[in-house]
Amino acid sequence: MCLAVPMRVCEIYDDGSAVLELDGASYKASLCLLDDVKRGDFVIVHAGFAIEKVHQKEADERIQLFRELAEIQKENNL
Amino acid sequence: MKYIDEFRNPDAAATLVSQIKNISSEISGKKIRIMEVCGSHTMAIGRYGIRQLLTENIELISGPGCPVCVTAPSYIDAAIKLAKAGHLICTFGDMLNVPGSESSLAAVRSEGGHIELCYSPLNALEFAEKMPEKEVIFLGTGFETTIAPVISIVDIAIKKNIRNLSIFIAFKLIPPALYALASDPEIEIDAFLCPAHVSAIIGADAYIPFVKKHHIPCVIAGFEPLDILFGIEGILRQISEKKAFVENQYDRIVSAGGNLKAQMLMERLLEKTDAEWRGMGTIPGSGMKLKDEFKNYDAQKKFSVRIEAEKKSSACLCGEVLKGKIKPPDCPLFAKSCTPSNPVGPCMVSSEGTCSAWYKYSRP
Ligand code: SF4
Repeated sequence: MCLAVPMRVCEIYDDGSAVLELDGASYKASLCLLDDVKRGDFVIVHAGFAIEKVHQKEADERIQLFRELAEIQKENNL
Repeated sequence: MKYIDEFRNPDAAATLVSQIKNISSEISGKKIRIMEVCGSHTMAIGRYGIRQLLTENIELISGPGCPVCVTAPSYIDAAIKLAKAGHLICTFGDMLNVPGSESSLAAVRSEGGHIELCYSPLNALEFAEKMPEKEVIFLGTGFETTIAPVISIVDIAIKKNIRNLSIFIAFKLIPPALYALASDPEIEIDAFLCPAHVSAIIGADAYIPFVKKHHIPCVIAGFEPLDILFGIEGILRQISEKKAFVENQYDRIVSAGGNLKAQMLMERLLEKTDAEWRGMGTIPGSGMKLKDEFKNYDAQKKFSVRIEAEKKSSACLCGEVLKGKIKPPDCPLFAKSCTPSNPVGPCMVSSEGTCSAWYKYSRP
């Protein structure tokens, strides 16, 4: 029920529904619990509803931090 | 796949594991008990073998975070009665095999009861529109993350004047459960790994009053292995520095204030009530129900459902598991008469249940 993985918004319809994509497969979800979703945004879906957007800046910062942690391990292995 | 591989990098995990070992060796003495409140964390911890990566003095215990598991048997019994009365019952699939005190919805379904499995509550709305002659009842269980989607259909039904739809509600709120767990002298918890998507709705700040009162570290983490390891590291850092605060490590999704649109919808339609949790009893203010002005959408009122007190006690120790008092293998039925294909208790039914996660990933 809880899809923990972000999906990309491909198409938004007038009735507030959207087509989302994950790993080549498409899903339908309602956007009625969010404002200002645009095509290309990533969202978290729960029980057929997008419940939150992925905040790009924070995601990038976290990815950067984890890359640095990976570097530490690689250096230790040298 | 975007936003996935980055959070599963084995090198980063190795660094985090060695940092966790360093900090935990500094914290001498007693065991550190960390409770993950969310069923999806329980699954991820099992799937990625995170328990096995940690030092012996760190114990990860699963809390009451699987909505199916905490649903009281009396609720299942009442849902069965509604199905037997000939109404169309719409439900998320994982409720189907949960044992009530005598039967399950799956059994009623095989006897011809009309029960439809829904991926989204919107499916129930579609049934109601398609079959105006039927009363459609959606089984509304779940935490904050699920409450908002479920009551959205009430909002739409009101606007579209759909009258043959109602919700049989057993909603539960996470923060009141934290207070109940922290106040139970038999359960010693040093920190909470707070749920990811419940927090997306309620916001990181929602835990501040709890931390102020109980001085227990609360760290919000995502579901990926690096998220969980980093969350555990954050918890240990707080413990070793003798601090307790709310740390939001899942800020790529969770904001301080949460999803205001969902919160406003909940405030408009719902009010707080007491709720019964399987194994934990009634926790004051831990549930939500529709306000009286929307009573036509509340199945309990619409069909005068009586929720009976629990009749017989079963040998299942789910209640103890949900409170973190015992681990699944401590239950005499675990992996013997109780397995995922033949579950005795709800913790073995739901894939998010603690017993099922242990069965799948941590059997000796
Ligand atoms: S192993 Fe089965 S019977 Fe034992 S606590 Fe878990 S669900 Fe209940």
